[in-house]
Amino acid sequence: MNPLETIRMAVRALLRNKLRSFLTTLGIIIGVFAVIAMVAIGEGAKVQVEQTFASMGSNIVIVMPGTSTQGGAMGGMGSMPTLTWDDLKALRNEASALKAVAVQMRTAAQVQSDDQNWTTSIIGSSPEIFEIRSWPVEDGAPFTTSDVDVGAKVAVVGRTVVDKLFGATADAVGHTIRIKGVPFQIVGVLAKKGQSAMGQDQDDQIFVPQTTWQSKIQGGLQKFIQGAIFASAVSAEATPRAEAQIKDILRDRHHIDVGMDDDFSVRNLSDMANAVESSTRVFTGLLASIAAISLLVGGIGIMNIMLVSVTERTREIGLRMAVGARRRHILAQFLVEALTLAIAGGIVGMVGGYYAAQALSQAFGWPMLFRIETVFLAVGFSAAVGIVFGIFPARKAAQLDPISALRYE
Amino acid sequence: MATPAPDATVGTAPLVRLEGVRKVYPMGDVEVQALRGVDLEIHEGEFVAIMGSSGSGKSTLMHILGCLDRPTAGRFYLRGRDVSGLDADELAQIRNETLGFVFQSFNLLPRTSALENVELPLLYAGVGGRERRARSSEALLRVGLGSRMHHHPNQLSGGQQQRVAIARALVGRPRVILADEPTGNLDSGSSVEIMALFQALGATGITLVLVTHEPDIAQFAGRVIVMRDGRVKEDRRQTPRPAVPEAHPAGETAP
Repeated sequence: MNPLETIRMAVRALLRNKLRSFLTTLGIIIGVFAVIAMVAIGEGAKVQVEQTFASMGSNIVIVMPGTSTQGGAMGGMGSMPTLTWDDLKALRNEASALKAVAVQMRTAAQVQSDDQNWTTSIIGSSPEIFEIRSWPVEDGAPFTTSDVDVGAKVAVVGRTVVDKLFGATADAVGHTIRIKGVPFQIVGVLAKKGQSAMGQDQDDQIFVPQTTWQSKIQGGLQKFIQGAIFASAVSAEATPRAEAQIKDILRDRHHIDVGMDDDFSVRNLSDMANAVESSTRVFTGLLASIAAISLLVGGIGIMNIMLVSVTERTREIGLRMAVGARRRHILAQFLVEALTLAIAGGIVGMVGGYYAAQALSQAFGWPMLFRIETVFLAVGFSAAVGIVFGIFPARKAAQLDPISALRYE
Repeated sequence: MATPAPDATVGTAPLVRLEGVRKVYPMGDVEVQALRGVDLEIHEGEFVAIMGSSGSGKSTLMHILGCLDRPTAGRFYLRGRDVSGLDADELAQIRNETLGFVFQSFNLLPRTSALENVELPLLYAGVGGRERRARSSEALLRVGLGSRMHHHPNQLSGGQQQRVAIARALVGRPRVILADEPTGNLDSGSSVEIMALFQALGATGITLVLVTHEPDIAQFAGRVIVMRDGRVKEDRRQTPRPAVPEAHPAGETAP
């Protein structure tokens, strides 16, 4: 008897009891359904997080100034400016693993167009910042190094700022806005970037030359940088080396002895991305264990019904043996029935899960990602469940004695 | 082990030969002797009725003849081949190739057409789909159910169901058909029809072994073996009474 005949026979036997077959396989359907839907949405979320981090700039290393200690009370990181403009120069000149270095000084201020006003982040920096944060200027051009040198009153603005001040479709380049009452000419509009990994709207920012920022927006310290240093490593692999170089240079310049704590901190985005990813992994692990449990329950359901089926069809088994079925024929018949139930359940659950994920992602705007590997995984797991839980009832059927099976009432 | 007789001697040698066959069942501490030494020969083309009260050993004898069970002692030669020591799979092959079964309760698969029920032995013989269907239709025609091939068992009368079962027994072209109380669940009219069918099949050279406790049924056979207490008590030949069905309610005639 060839495998095709066996499958045909199994399908026919299952179709003889449609409702029961459906209910039997429901456990597997629900298990696979939940897993596929969750994995598709989980993968989508993971990819979105990855893309967000990627959008924040490649190979970014952020140097934050250190903590202040007053009367033994430690301030938070960045509470005291410890980074100087000379540190910045030193990093630019001495750290070979760095491609670009820029400051990023931030404050909030009110900005006005002719008829609108808006409060947003004003960032003082240099043109390198757009490269470091891999953030292209869409309209116009970024301000230049000479703008920084002369302290020009020019600004590069984010999309949200344009929306608020000029309206969504406006061409803002060339317009003048007032920041803290000081007129700035818009020279460029940044490409839309969306939310940061922390949920901030990255398009709600204005970049101005650092010199102008210091003189017109937030006066004060001259020697120290009132913000952080952003740098990009020459490559992703060079990021750890870039961090080490930054630490060496700054410790040397700040005269920090061996064994003493840094008065600054160095972070890189891949560490942060890893932290997010590891929490995603925990989430995925939890999902996988739920999947395993639901498949186990589904498998037990299949075994239960197959045992009932073997008992119910004892005479049929006896008859099949009488007309020449060997033990392996009977074994194969019941095993294939269990396998068919499990795989059919897996496929139905997978298709259902796919559409459920799609519906959810459309309804709530969640991203989803359906990997083709998932298909093989779902079907493979269902098949494994079918074999594991089908073998016992099938063996029981195959080991029946033909005479007592034929006489079974 | 006896050497299997070559096919050339089949015509003269008995189709079935039992030599001192015993069957003992353990029932807890007690051993039940179902067969206490049976010697028996059945030749090709015979129509044998095995009779006896319950507990006489007739069913056990039937199971051994049907290769569903093995004797505890003694030898069973089928077509000259000693089959008393074969394993379960070898016996399954012999049942498939050499024997056909008809049961009291028909044992048809429910919700399965007559045609597919008849195909079953061929499925296990590895016969391809097209030939399987052709041979099964032929067998159903032979038992007079040509117009009911696609009916399910619950759409057929008892007599018709038993004819499907006979077609199933025939389809593998067996040497022997073993029937265990084939008329036990049928009214007398259908019983006579079935016996007429058996007689017609016997006329074509098929060997028939029939277990029954009804003397009325046994009189249609050409030889009656009476069992008692696990032994052959009586073995007589007789002129079979021709089975003449009165009328055919289904309007179909057996060949």
